[in-house]
Amino acid sequence: MSTLRGVGIGSGVSQGPVVRMAEPLPAPENARSAVGADQERTRVRDAITAVASELTTRAEAAGGAAQEVLEAQAMIAEDPSLQDEIDARIDDGATAEWAVHDAFAGFKATLEAVGGYLGERAADLDDIAQRVLARLRGVSAPGVPDPGHPFVLVARDLAPADTALLKLDQVLALITSDGGPTSHTAILAREKGIVAVVGVAQAGVLTDGETVIVDAAAGAVTTEPSADELGRAAERASARRSAEALPPTPGALADGTPIALLANLGKPADAADAVSRGAEGVGLFRTEFLFLSAAQAPTVAQQRESYRELLAAFEGKKVVVRLLDAGADKPLAFLNDAHEENPALGLRGLRALRASEDILREQLTALAEADAETGADLWVMAPMVTTVEETAYFTTLAREYGLKTAGVMVEVPASALLADRVLAHADFASIGTNDLTQYTMAADRMLGSVAGFQDPWHPAVLRLVGEVGAAGARAAKPVGICGEAAADPLLAVVLVGLGATSLSMAPAALADVRLALSERTLDDARRLAEIALAADDAAGARAAVAAAVADLTPHPNPQQKETTS
Amino acid sequence: MTAASRTVRIGSSHGLHARPAKLFAQAAKESGIAVTVAKDSGKPVNAASILGVIALGVDHGDYVTLTADGENADAVLDTLTELLTTDHDEESAG
Repeated sequence: MSTLRGVGIGSGVSQGPVVRMAEPLPAPENARSAVGADQERTRVRDAITAVASELTTRAEAAGGAAQEVLEAQAMIAEDPSLQDEIDARIDDGATAEWAVHDAFAGFKATLEAVGGYLGERAADLDDIAQRVLARLRGVSAPGVPDPGHPFVLVARDLAPADTALLKLDQVLALITSDGGPTSHTAILAREKGIVAVVGVAQAGVLTDGETVIVDAAAGAVTTEPSADELGRAAERASARRSAEALPPTPGALADGTPIALLANLGKPADAADAVSRGAEGVGLFRTEFLFLSAAQAPTVAQQRESYRELLAAFEGKKVVVRLLDAGADKPLAFLNDAHEENPALGLRGLRALRASEDILREQLTALAEADAETGADLWVMAPMVTTVEETAYFTTLAREYGLKTAGVMVEVPASALLADRVLAHADFASIGTNDLTQYTMAADRMLGSVAGFQDPWHPAVLRLVGEVGAAGARAAKPVGICGEAAADPLLAVVLVGLGATSLSMAPAALADVRLALSERTLDDARRLAEIALAADDAAGARAAVAAAVADLTPHPNPQQKETTS
Repeated sequence: MTAASRTVRIGSSHGLHARPAKLFAQAAKESGIAVTVAKDSGKPVNAASILGVIALGVDHGDYVTLTADGENADAVLDTLTELLTTDHDEESAG
């Protein structure tokens, strides 16, 4: 056997036969046509008609939001402007292949230049061009395989169009060679609770039909596994399934210490799913959905309605709303359209809000109004707070609007190191481990080539979490975790050992984390935290904690425990 | 000659992107006559081209000029104007 390393998403484990997604076709040569313009034109027309009708058929089969996307793709394939560009190249003597490749590339460059929302459509063009090229060459179109049996999908990365068509009930696990923990594949895996390991640079060695174990908790893919290994993996997978089947209980350690398990939500409509999975509230409500792809900020009334819908779903429960977090990965023209060399280090988070204070004030107004109309326990927090002064600025402003509980997100090492002084002003701190890792490791988390640094297990990151946890304990103020780290069951225990008092995650991860917490006492968690802090690197910390957990005396199974509520 | 021209303010809150652009290009295509659209005083593009329409980068509140040439040009422009002044994103999930 051998082990391929990547970044695990979530904590599941799965096994099954590999099916590779067809690789993208190589770009055609710019050779002169040997058959003449008329014949090349006919070839292109036939190929485009076939692709458009295939996309239309798939659109009908897909339904919902995917249908819209695929219909638009069919229209793009048959676009008359594109047709003109292709014809012009063929008239100049190009082959059908080159004309298609070059004309699509031209439009892609145009869309990318327009940027923002339109830039995203540029990837669609690549996909359509590939389909037309595959037709012209008479090879099978690159795309999502459907082998007719459950499989482990191995791909470079998945595009939104791929995932819309993927038969998720057939996918045992996902392995990608490109793409980091914030890639589209990773997001999909997290949302749907699919076992995935992304950024596996050596995924190229995997061949169709071979059996692998995909271990997201370890960020590893095991090839040629032994019967023993397969057995253990199956056991873990089944333990996970039974944990999910249990009626959800409030999060607590084996010694009864309560650790609130909260949901990360992106829109009010997701609330019902979170509640059904036992979320005790919302630890991170992202408000970007109200603003993204909008040319102007939404009105106070529009915002109030959305917040009210959210708060109404969590009557009597805690809901932490994060103010608009724009910048870097989610640029908003009306907040900051200046070009920045390093957007992750630029005018983003609270910095951007402060520069457009009217937007911040409107959001606080809408939140205060929604709060007055509903019975949830609303907490508000500012994104990417760096200094004590920023903390004082935000919390003072929030209280001015009558918002009772105002806190900050700790995502920058500076605010983690001064957490005691930050918490003198803030009512609570919530650690965003994704950004905290990116800033601690100085590695852009949007960049696949440095994805290996984006690991919250790194002892440097954990030490910063520990600083915040200790400061919270001294000030008797809550310290939550709302990054991906909280969704990793083993790491969740370590984070509690470092002083986290609540954990917030994608609802699909709640069951795993609930189970992991219920097996350990606070003393165990602290001991595991010490072990992680003593490691040299992320892999070392993970391995050392995993080994220590295996040696710990198991605590009573939560299934036999008396539970209330 | 049955050429007609009209200047319209975009009502869609997300501008003429994605779904609104698709609906607009589809309608222009189905009209069966030549329709162009230009942003401000820019170069007119084929309104039946979804790529051309998207690449205009038209935002909410922008003005575009429609030109149609052929049978029922006025009726075609009526339909298209209606599409452009309606906010389609109200019903769209995004």
